[in-house]
Amino acid sequence: MKMRNYIIRRVLLVIPVLFGVSIIIFVILSLFSPEQRAATFITDVKQLRDIQGVIRMHHLDAPLYVQYFSWIKEVFKGNLGWSKTASRPVLEAFFYFLPNTVELGLFSTPFIILIGIYLGSTAAVHQDKFVDHITRAAAIIGWSLPTFWFGLVLLMIFYGYFKGLFPPESLGLSSNLYVNSENFVRFTRINTIDALLNREWWIFIDALRHLILPVITLTVVQCALVMRIMRSSMLEALGRGYVTTARAKGASEKTVIKKHVRRNAMIPVITVSGYLFAGLMNGVVITETIFNRKGLGWWWWRSAVQLDIPSIMAAVLFNGVLFVLTNLIVDLLYAYIDPRIRLG
Amino acid sequence: MKMSVIQRSEFKERLHPRIKELGFSLNRLKKSPLSLIGLSLILFFLAIAIFAPQLAPPKYSHNPYRIPRDGYSAIPRPPSPEHPFGTTEGQYDIYYGVIWGTRTAFRVGITVVGSILVIGIILGSISGYYGGAVDEIIMRIVDTFMSLPTLVLAMALVSALGHSLDNVMKALIIVGWPSYARLIRGDILAVREEDYVQAARAVGCSNLRIILKHVLPNAIYPLLIMASLDVGAVVLTAAALSFLGLGAPVGYADWGQMTSFARNWVIGPPSNPLAYWYTITIPGLFILFFVLGWNLLGDAFRDILDPKLRRR
Repeated sequence: MKMRNYIIRRVLLVIPVLFGVSIIIFVILSLFSPEQRAATFITDVKQLRDIQGVIRMHHLDAPLYVQYFSWIKEVFKGNLGWSKTASRPVLEAFFYFLPNTVELGLFSTPFIILIGIYLGSTAAVHQDKFVDHITRAAAIIGWSLPTFWFGLVLLMIFYGYFKGLFPPESLGLSSNLYVNSENFVRFTRINTIDALLNREWWIFIDALRHLILPVITLTVVQCALVMRIMRSSMLEALGRGYVTTARAKGASEKTVIKKHVRRNAMIPVITVSGYLFAGLMNGVVITETIFNRKGLGWWWWRSAVQLDIPSIMAAVLFNGVLFVLTNLIVDLLYAYIDPRIRLG
Repeated sequence: MKMSVIQRSEFKERLHPRIKELGFSLNRLKKSPLSLIGLSLILFFLAIAIFAPQLAPPKYSHNPYRIPRDGYSAIPRPPSPEHPFGTTEGQYDIYYGVIWGTRTAFRVGITVVGSILVIGIILGSISGYYGGAVDEIIMRIVDTFMSLPTLVLAMALVSALGHSLDNVMKALIIVGWPSYARLIRGDILAVREEDYVQAARAVGCSNLRIILKHVLPNAIYPLLIMASLDVGAVVLTAAALSFLGLGAPVGYADWGQMTSFARNWVIGPPSNPLAYWYTITIPGLFILFFVLGWNLLGDAFRDILDPKLRRR
């Protein structure tokens, strides 16, 4: 009963933030001229011939609140406009670019979390010892690395010096041809998974070769943050009463760390997963741009450079919605695990 | 005469705990080698920025940020006595660019962080001190901004405002203030009900005076740590935007923009794949060490000023 009330309250809290995101997008939109904004409403190439008609139809010269409602109505209908960088409607383009980004996230997130948590807890257990200093210094360096520069250096070494060992883009020339041929069924459009499902090992290996550098770039920069949060929350957990109790009961140090400290210390890491996700999206934009992987980040970058307004707005919308959903799920899981939250 | 002596001792008395704590903080700072490395990195870059006109005399005195070119050939040239760090594509002098780029970095970092500190403090104080509907509205705005990734939102803003370094700074200010406002609001909520604030109110102090004299001095430290950590992050994001072609124009002395010159020269000819290493490595290392300096300092500050870790 209490849980149901909590869920309702928490879901309702999503509305102001989503409304705020729509306002931000609308304010950015209204900085453009009506002609430029007309692109947001175009879904068909034919409409490009009659821009003035589009402006009139969607009241782009009307007062702002009228414009806001006519715009938001289109958004709810799923019409996000025409993307000139992708030469297709924005929603279609979104699903076209999504698989490459999902693949990148799928391969890098486990590394970011596991390495970050491992290093963070190791550093905390050996606080102020040599291991701690080294991991902390490494984390600060990782945190300070310009993603774009690090990616280029990796390319210089592994693509240049080692003669094309780990190339950029998402697939090689021949595997790209084969993937788009009729012999290859595209189940998910995620290269590695499709290759496995088609039992084409050489394509799988080729896709992996193209994935390694982007995954390393993203992992090195992002796992520093996880490590930093993990370390400080471990330090806090180590000073708690239940740790002393566990030790007093005679539990081995290994059990204390594993069962009592690390588990509790992981909670703050989960709490900030929404922000981690936002950080990951920042990294994805830069990584995909450098490695020329045609995913969401690459598309957004092209759109920002070429002033493809509907696509940029879709980027903001997508990130806002995803962040809100991640936080919602985290909070609900929490309430499920921790009774203090839903009863408080 | 006697009066002033008493006043001075009173003054000392009043500031005493704060000065003592500051002394303790500085002492801790001296003992942490990482923070000293950070501080010396920042001082090193500060010296470069100050003596930029001496280190790299500008060719165009009306616009020193324009990197001088030596010809128009597309192929980068390796370091030589004439160009200590070589030239990029289009023959822009790398040495000149990184030296004056230091000034750009300081300008971007300090302008942006300074502005978001001021905006954050004002809005956060209003929100925390008055509470109620004002608080609710400001905090919902903060929530909204914080739900969007910095770089994506900044990209959207810059493309709406126009591609330039000034607009990159504006975008970073718009993106950056909410976390400060939230932090200061929390601190103000915590001290608002303290006895000394109640006492000040009972004596009849105005709201502004209470905020400036009693609330802020007790809540400002966490904000300063965050600010020092943020100078690095802000410069990094600005460099990324310039690298992506949304910030400084081509030929402007900016590290991110200079790194973007290197994109076409990642690999050299097959006989010497690392032929153009200088175009990538040099501007990148400047960004890395600059950001590292601020992050090392900020990290040390955080441990020192965090009451939970301070006296361990």
